[in-house]
Amino acid sequence: MSDSTARPRAARRRLPRVNPVWLLLAALILAIVFMNPGFVEPTGYMNFLKRAAPLAILAAGQVYVIVSGGFDLSVGSLITLVVVGSSMLTNNDPSATVWVIPLMLALGLGVGAVNGAIVCFLRVPSLIATLGMMITLNGLAFLWSGGAPRGYLPDTFRFFGRELIKDVPLVRFIPVSVIVLVVVVGLLTWLMHRTNLGRQVHAIGDNPVAARLAGVAVNRVRITAFMLSGLSGALAGILLGGFAGVSTDVGTGYELQAITAAVLGGAQLLGGRGSVPAAVGGALALTAIFTLLNFLGLPQPVRQVVQGLILIAAVALAMHRREETGT
Amino acid sequence: MTAPAPGSAPMIEMKGITKTFPGVRALSDVSFDVRAGEVQALVGENGAGKSTLIKILSGVYRADSGAVLLNGEPVHFAHPVESLRAGIAVIYQEFSLLPERTVAQNLFLGREPRTRFGLIDGARMRRETREVLSLFAAAGRIDPDRIVGTLDVATQQVVEIAKAVSTGARVVVMDEPTAALNEAECEELFATVDTLRTRGVAIIYITHRMREIARLADRVTVLKDGEVAARFDEVPEPAEIVRAMVGRDIADFYAAPATAGEIGPPVLTVRGGGNAVLKGIDLEVKAGEIVGLAGIQGAGRVALAMALFGQAPFERGEVTLSGERVDFRSPRAAILGGVGLLPGDRKSEGLVLMQSVRDNGMLTSRAFAPLWASDRRNAHADTTGMDGLLDRMEIRAASYDQDIRALSGGNQQKAIVARWLSMRPKLLIFIEPTRGIDVNAKAGIYHLMRDLAREGAGILMISSDLPEVIGAADRVLVMQEGRIVAAFGRGASEQEIMHAATGGAEVAA
Repeated sequence: MSDSTARPRAARRRLPRVNPVWLLLAALILAIVFMNPGFVEPTGYMNFLKRAAPLAILAAGQVYVIVSGGFDLSVGSLITLVVVGSSMLTNNDPSATVWVIPLMLALGLGVGAVNGAIVCFLRVPSLIATLGMMITLNGLAFLWSGGAPRGYLPDTFRFFGRELIKDVPLVRFIPVSVIVLVVVVGLLTWLMHRTNLGRQVHAIGDNPVAARLAGVAVNRVRITAFMLSGLSGALAGILLGGFAGVSTDVGTGYELQAITAAVLGGAQLLGGRGSVPAAVGGALALTAIFTLLNFLGLPQPVRQVVQGLILIAAVALAMHRREETGT
Repeated sequence: MTAPAPGSAPMIEMKGITKTFPGVRALSDVSFDVRAGEVQALVGENGAGKSTLIKILSGVYRADSGAVLLNGEPVHFAHPVESLRAGIAVIYQEFSLLPERTVAQNLFLGREPRTRFGLIDGARMRRETREVLSLFAAAGRIDPDRIVGTLDVATQQVVEIAKAVSTGARVVVMDEPTAALNEAECEELFATVDTLRTRGVAIIYITHRMREIARLADRVTVLKDGEVAARFDEVPEPAEIVRAMVGRDIADFYAAPATAGEIGPPVLTVRGGGNAVLKGIDLEVKAGEIVGLAGIQGAGRVALAMALFGQAPFERGEVTLSGERVDFRSPRAAILGGVGLLPGDRKSEGLVLMQSVRDNGMLTSRAFAPLWASDRRNAHADTTGMDGLLDRMEIRAASYDQDIRALSGGNQQKAIVARWLSMRPKLLIFIEPTRGIDVNAKAGIYHLMRDLAREGAGILMISSDLPEVIGAADRVLVMQEGRIVAAFGRGASEQEIMHAATGGAEVAA
């Protein structure tokens, strides 16, 4: 017994364990490089990152909701609403971007707050609450555009999703969306893994009863998690509007891709454990898989089959790991 | 089955059992026997080797050396099914019943009687179920067609034991069978054990509770650190058993009571407090004192704690905390007002299991700091920070970054106490503070409560363990049906308290 009186903090560290998502990503990138050596050039990997940026941002936001013990299915239609709404509001006026973008970010926060409030105060399970929100927002996007959205966003708006910053040393150019990605992911990583908010998001997903009895403002934390997911949806919409153009199905399927990415990154469904950087890794891996399928010339439906199988496999693997560790 | 007289040759004999797990010697040279028609109590702290011994007996584990003899014949069980066939039934805390099936179906699972057409003979199954159940006091309550999942825990336990009897078990092992039972249900279980004993069954009864040993046991074996620490052919005084379990005297088991000088002004006063469960609660807790709250399950003790803590608030009456009127509508408000609560169920109400020891300790202080503040603020500071508090709790962990899941119950409990230390509460409510933790850790918790009281907190301790209420508290209040029905000073007896708790008399408070 006397040996345990030494300060426990000084005890030996555990071996660092690499999250399997990084190994998966490395393997996928090797495969891409093998099939397309041009990928090691800046045009190759920067374009890849640019394409992955909306999903990566979305996954980073989704992780907050998953770790808090919920799901956010509404972000895909939120993207659509942001893209359609921006095209309606800017109405080809380049100077409108200055107020439309903040408005769209506020819309994302607002949708998240409503999602959170429905879950907290009306006690609707988040899966159902955000499914309802998904259908509602989709309908709103259709109504707003009359089903036929105007096809253009002003270049000032598309700047974030499309433009490149040229003459950068080492890499030659950096897409603006990659800068947005790095900044957003950096902030969300810090918030999740270095602040009281992040620790409490983990706590309410792990054991909401214990968290409440310990004084955690459970509703406030949960609503904040949904608002961050909504904000990430709006940001992803702004980027996607920049390079994908305007349509009423621009965000379709993104919510499940974001959940798949988070789970690939090791986030525990039903809450308590998850990592923002690993979810971004999951998003990059998913994008890499789609890129490979493209190289192989496989059609869109195959993509869906693969994505569905990945989601199931990732969750099955997570459940297996959970049994092993006895969580 | 004839009932041999107690005192005859052992039915089960375990000789020189040694079992090593990687890095741990779980049992060394343990010998143990049970005779037909006797109750042999097997006691020891968590980790003393009781479960390992039982698992070797039932064939879950295989001993490294030593022998198991059944009626003098050596036996080697490679699987629990083999020991069951040989007539050894183990009743674990989690039952093996199928909750969606009826009582009769569970009793005859896998050996259903058939009619001559090969169909299951339901009538015969029901009749024989009734016969078996008629041995037990609870028989009148149990319908053979009742779905097992709809029965309460105590009745399910009777069904489990009846199942063991109906399969012809000659040896029944019970692993802390009263852990989930209330007082009245315990009495019924004791009657069941008596029935088994008179039918000549050899019973191994694992427990922590001295009262049950005194009530039931014929002989006692105490395990400590994988060895037999003491063997008693007659049940000794509880103090003697505890000394053997702990390896030291229990004079300092409970902390010394508060002296008159240590007790200060009231921190908590409740006048006429009531809600759906509680009626006319008048209560005072002074700074520096520990008030014990006794009562049977459902008497409203936890409801009172949750009312004070704002989780299920009072709807009537006045609550004063340190001279100020308060009306807490949520735990958060109560914590801000200076109340802390240690929940009764560590796993489901206390811990965030996927987080570290330090994170569990900091849960409350973080909840009241700005959301964007660093999660490391006040984490590592030696005297004022969480690590300092965890040091003070003497928590045994490889590191405070370790998952709390891996710690023993006692150390987990200390981490939750550390959570409150950082908030300096005026009133601390402990619900079943030592449930499921071993004897040494219990002593640690009692001394910790006393230290907190000496520093000026008022402490309300809810416990179903009467010796604990009597030994650790300065005063004892007794609740019954949502009211406080009696109050005792130091030195009350278990009989007096039980009498008041079960409605024996309305003693003036």
